[in-house]
Amino acid sequence: MTTRSISAAGSLRIAKAFLRAREVSILIVILVVFGATTIYNHSFADPLSVQQLLVGASVMMMLAVGETLVIITRNVDLSIGSVLGLSAYVVGDLFAHNPNLNILLAILAGTGVGLFCGIVNGAIVTVVRVPSLVVTLGTLYVIRGIDAIVVNGLQINPSSIPSSFINLGYETIIGIPWIFIIATVLVLIVGYAMRTFRPARDLYAIGSDPAAALLAGIPARRRVFFTFVLSGAIAGFAGALWLAEFATVSSVAGLGYELLVVAAVVVGGVAIFGGSGTVLGAALGAILLNTINQALVAARISAFWDEALAGALLITAIAFDRYVFLRRERALRVRLAARVNQ
Amino acid sequence: MSTSELGEAGTVAGASVPGLPDSPAQPLPTDTGGDTARWRWQSLGRWEVALIGFVLATVLYGMSESHYFLTGANFFDFGLNIGPIALMALPLTLIVITGEIDLSVASTLGLACSLLGYLFAHGWPLPLAIVAVLVMGVLTGTLNGVLVTRLGLPSLAVTIGTLTLYRGIAEIILQTNTITGFPNSYDTVGTSPIPHTQFTWTLGIFVVLAVVFAVVLHTTPLGRSIFAIGLNKETAFFSGIRVKRIKLLLYTLSGLMCAGAGILWTFQYASARYDAGTGLELDVVTVVLFGGISIFGGKGTIAGVVMAVCVIGGIQSALTLINVSAQAQEVVTGVLLIISVVLPNSGATLNQLRARWVRTTPSRS
Repeated sequence: MTTRSISAAGSLRIAKAFLRAREVSILIVILVVFGATTIYNHSFADPLSVQQLLVGASVMMMLAVGETLVIITRNVDLSIGSVLGLSAYVVGDLFAHNPNLNILLAILAGTGVGLFCGIVNGAIVTVVRVPSLVVTLGTLYVIRGIDAIVVNGLQINPSSIPSSFINLGYETIIGIPWIFIIATVLVLIVGYAMRTFRPARDLYAIGSDPAAALLAGIPARRRVFFTFVLSGAIAGFAGALWLAEFATVSSVAGLGYELLVVAAVVVGGVAIFGGSGTVLGAALGAILLNTINQALVAARISAFWDEALAGALLITAIAFDRYVFLRRERALRVRLAARVNQ
Repeated sequence: MSTSELGEAGTVAGASVPGLPDSPAQPLPTDTGGDTARWRWQSLGRWEVALIGFVLATVLYGMSESHYFLTGANFFDFGLNIGPIALMALPLTLIVITGEIDLSVASTLGLACSLLGYLFAHGWPLPLAIVAVLVMGVLTGTLNGVLVTRLGLPSLAVTIGTLTLYRGIAEIILQTNTITGFPNSYDTVGTSPIPHTQFTWTLGIFVVLAVVFAVVLHTTPLGRSIFAIGLNKETAFFSGIRVKRIKLLLYTLSGLMCAGAGILWTFQYASARYDAGTGLELDVVTVVLFGGISIFGGKGTIAGVVMAVCVIGGIQSALTLINVSAQAQEVVTGVLLIISVVLPNSGATLNQLRARWVRTTPSRS
């Protein structure tokens, strides 16, 4: 009898924890938006429309993964939009000059461009110990400027990109677009690593309290350097796939993505001052913002509402986080006081 | 990253007092107290001196590249380009000194532009429309301030949110329309300078306001309070400084000035569009940080920001004269920004490397 009630209470607790998880609430919001839009416009749930939805969210999901790692350490990487643009153009240019280039090699080249940018960011932030917000704002400009000089007003056209590469952005396997599968695999791998491996757990420690992390013997600078390298590499990788999705690239590719990605990450429950949040949540945040974007089109609400709604959503999300935080803190204090009184 | 939301004065009364000021890039101060204080004083002096050097170098470079650089007409173009940015940089300077940030400045400018065009197109007399837009600026700024101070939300995230929100509202108001046909007496803002000078209206107003801001920031109790908040919020709070009220005031001021800049922007380009000044927030932040304002708050001078305006505007002007594209110019802007944080820190970095060398040498011998 007692064992059963305990297990019932236990499962209730698990159910409560499940519902309290940020990922679940975002997923519910995504489904609500999706469902409401489908009721209004049935074609929103068409396989083709859903595929478009997933393709549209993929690049943002990947960028969100890299940005999450950086933000968890209480830093920020504002250069990812510029890195994406540069990488996309470099890959496009490689294809324009070598039409028979191996696709994997091209993606690797894009990732390499991002990796290099990440090393530069990480080195400046950790060796000179200067605030990442300022450094990456600087490299945002520098990389975008280099991109403009490299592009020199030209444009890569779809005709110079092999169709097998463009297919990455459109072909599907059992109805799921390749690009979305790639993004999901990335989210799952990094998400698993962030739960399991010790160096990844260190990132949370660094973000919660940099000083305590250092006292605990965590090589904070090395870890932070590594997150910047990874964030850059992922942005470069995403740049190559961005090219596969759009098949054309000029010097404005990825312009302004950095703030969109930070918005998605924060909506996904990653605290802007580090120490908490998951890669999965951030990826879902990216999907949510993209779903709202597409839903407005499908609901024939003018697309002009898109930005305003995204902004309102972001503010609601952080206000909600704050509310939950204050409530939990109050509950903890009450529990503590009760224990002291005993 | 500015300051932790945990440190808000309201929660201090409870149990948790965060022990260390959060500076992600410098997890632990390794120097001794006296050394740090002296070092900070020196680096503060040095950056303003370095800026004077930058200003002179910019002028020399501009003169060497084009004999057109030091002409009145080019100075007018310089003002058109950098004036609106400079205007928005002034209130942002104070906000950054308190350890917060406002990224919604350019969106507020765009919203002001949009609203002004909308009201004008709907037959409002311009003076009335201008007042309405300024009121809107006060409201948007206050909303930022309320979210940051009363709800205790992190300003970086909040103002990324309102950046999107305000631009979105601008888009809803004006959609893809472009409103033109403002009376000529207003549109001269973009074609002729303030009488008897070569100052554009934006730059002229900036110069006057910069003096006012400098006096308030560096000589009044309010100014000292702003520095105190940025240095240590808890100490400021327990010293009787109304931390939240001052921050709220600064955000409101920022909204008001960005709306003003938006009005001038509209007349300067003789047209109103929702996407006016898109992406300009990063330029404004760049000017402020290059001017030597610490992103962690508590440090910086208005003089530094004024010189930063001269350097960044001047270099852009010189590069435009020799036909470097606006996008390629961004390399220079970015490098300057990185230099502005790396240079004052390079001494400390060298010291650390040397300390490590000294520490490791005996064990080797």
